[in-house]
Amino acid sequence: MGLNPSYAGRTYPATAPYAVGREHVRDFARAVQATHPAHRDPEAARALGYADVVAPPTFAVVVAQRAEAQLIEDPEAGIDFSRVVHADERFTHHRPVVAGDELVTELHVDQVVERAGLAMVTTRCEIADADGAPVATVVSTLAVRGEASS
Amino acid sequence: MSRPDLAALEVGAEVASRTVQVTRQDLVRYAGASGDLNPIHWNERFAREVGLPGVIAHGMLTMGLAVDVVTAWAGDPGAVVDYGVRFTRPVPVPDPGSAELLLTATVGVIDTEARTVRVDLTVTHEGARVLGRAQAVVRL
Repeated sequence: MGLNPSYAGRTYPATAPYAVGREHVRDFARAVQATHPAHRDPEAARALGYADVVAPPTFAVVVAQRAEAQLIEDPEAGIDFSRVVHADERFTHHRPVVAGDELVTELHVDQVVERAGLAMVTTRCEIADADGAPVATVVSTLAVRGEASS
Repeated sequence: MSRPDLAALEVGAEVASRTVQVTRQDLVRYAGASGDLNPIHWNERFAREVGLPGVIAHGMLTMGLAVDVVTAWAGDPGAVVDYGVRFTRPVPVPDPGSAELLLTATVGVIDTEARTVRVDLTVTHEGARVLGRAQAVVRL
């Protein structure tokens, strides 16, 4: 079993652009019970200076998880998804995500460590817009339980 | 919407609280909206087979629900410039019924030069914290 430690430091090529749609922002906002009108109403968003409806702060996970799939679905990486537990997550927003954005993500594997029967993998997604300007950094740690502990 | 006045804030002061109910339907809605189709969040049989007490909420759903008290308080969803949590305890979601989450937001750190406030979130389910180090930095 176990994660392939040689994956630490690996960087994956940028993903195809993810087009952020207005209805997708609204659906995500509803799913997290987000209350601010700027998540749904373009006029409320424009009143705050945004081009269109503003995604909730954790929406970037949708974009990040598509990039992370490159690692998780790679059989050589050795990640058994049925044994994965999400350990932590952090978003740093260089600017908010708004409907109309075309987002490109570069996935970095920052750390692979084993401790106390758990393999921990920390990934970092650098999300940029169509002009290459940074939008968000998403850092996520997954813990993979060892077979003996299950 | 009104924005908080940085000068009027005090470290330790509670700025917002909310009670949120989470049902199985909410989990399916989040699965659809996020694309996270892991069956531990909707399939009771699968969840038990992998050693869970039953279907549990997506950690990312709990994280997303919690930050809205901060967004609402800040008056601008784009004001949250940093947000991180640790997932410390699963939230089982019964059927029938719902799981209740209690959310409380307090002022952790005020940086008057950067004009930012670190808001510390406490999220509990049945008296136990389900998120650790849940902190959102808001630019005012």
